[in-house]
Amino acid sequence: MIGGFLRCGSPVKIIDELVKNHIGNLTLIANDTSLPEYDRGLLIVNKLVKKAIVSHIGTNPESGRQLNAGELEVELVPMGTLVERIRAAGAGLGGILTPTGIGTIVENGKDVVEVDGHKYLLEKPLRADVAIIYATKADKFGNAFLDGTTRNFNTAMATAADIVILEPEEICDEPLNPAEITIPGIFVDYIAF
Amino acid sequence: MILSKEKCRELIARRVAQEVNEGDVITLGIGLPTEVANYIPEDMMVMLQSENGMIGGGKRDLNATGNAKITNAGGLPVLTRQGAVFFDTAMSFTIIRGGHVDITVMGALQVDSHGNLANWMIPGSVIPGMGGAMDLTVGAKKVIIAMEHTTPKGEARIVKDCTLPLTARNEVDMIVTERCVIDVTPEGLVLKEIMPSFSLDEIINSTDAPLIIPDEIARKAL
Repeated sequence: MIGGFLRCGSPVKIIDELVKNHIGNLTLIANDTSLPEYDRGLLIVNKLVKKAIVSHIGTNPESGRQLNAGELEVELVPMGTLVERIRAAGAGLGGILTPTGIGTIVENGKDVVEVDGHKYLLEKPLRADVAIIYATKADKFGNAFLDGTTRNFNTAMATAADIVILEPEEICDEPLNPAEITIPGIFVDYIAF
Repeated sequence: MILSKEKCRELIARRVAQEVNEGDVITLGIGLPTEVANYIPEDMMVMLQSENGMIGGGKRDLNATGNAKITNAGGLPVLTRQGAVFFDTAMSFTIIRGGHVDITVMGALQVDSHGNLANWMIPGSVIPGMGGAMDLTVGAKKVIIAMEHTTPKGEARIVKDCTLPLTARNEVDMIVTERCVIDVTPEGLVLKEIMPSFSLDEIINSTDAPLIIPDEIARKAL
């Protein structure tokens, strides 16, 4: 899984290395497939992704082309459901119940659970082998601060993979202020910069 | 009556903006709905929520570089307004799905007489994905559809029953087009206003769903 919302908050350097080293046959879990020229979009354009589990592919025409040509499998998940499935995996939950998707094709093949008269879809946890996430700055404990709207999926993804790799723009010698940490370093296995 | 595309969009955005009240939390979709922000009075305290993780996004940041850290839901760099706050996607959809958004404004491919909305895919052709639209439609207190009344080919977008895959069922509250304003009620679609320079016949003929026309609207249209 890879953090980022379009171009914002994407771990661009690690993605560049994946492209350079032709690391392919990937299942990509992310909000979107970005734009063709940038970050996750480059993984699509270079045909390194066999399956994408995302909420949106509309900003990358190559994703749509590969989907229609049968070259790319795409599982479209509503954005709020996608993040909660990832959060559930990281939080030790067996899934989440959401009203989103009831009465639509998103419901197909899923259990509908009724609670106090309201219908919800049972959406299962979503976990990855590796999470690659962005940070604005990090310290040697792996504690990370994410500025502005770069947080997006990075915070949930940090909790939901066997190996978590953090790409900070800056490494600080001094520990970060504990009150200003977005992602606790205990989730982070490696820092790459 | 034929209006330019720009004039249509302005009329629609202006009319939707009148639905916004002081203190509202609102989330605007990409495209025409985004333009609604241009017609909310400057002195009105409104919290614009952006699904990528912000409340209080402002104007475009024209000095920002490509890797800007503050963007809107369309990925464009923006400035913040006073009182702005950043959060992650889980918090963003806690706000959206949890009923904390007063009004969401979205576009549509089709909307029908039951308040069903289709706006995320055309099978076999364009499949952009739903992004946050399904969550927003289900979670917002009031769902307003802002769209041109017909497709560029003149086909009706307001139909009896949607034929495209749905975004959500029974969630749309109001439809605003360049031709009219429609309230979605349990009884069906109620014509609330006719926009200037359109006739009742033009509206009926370009709508593929039964319209309930209150007496005072029918009288005004004579």
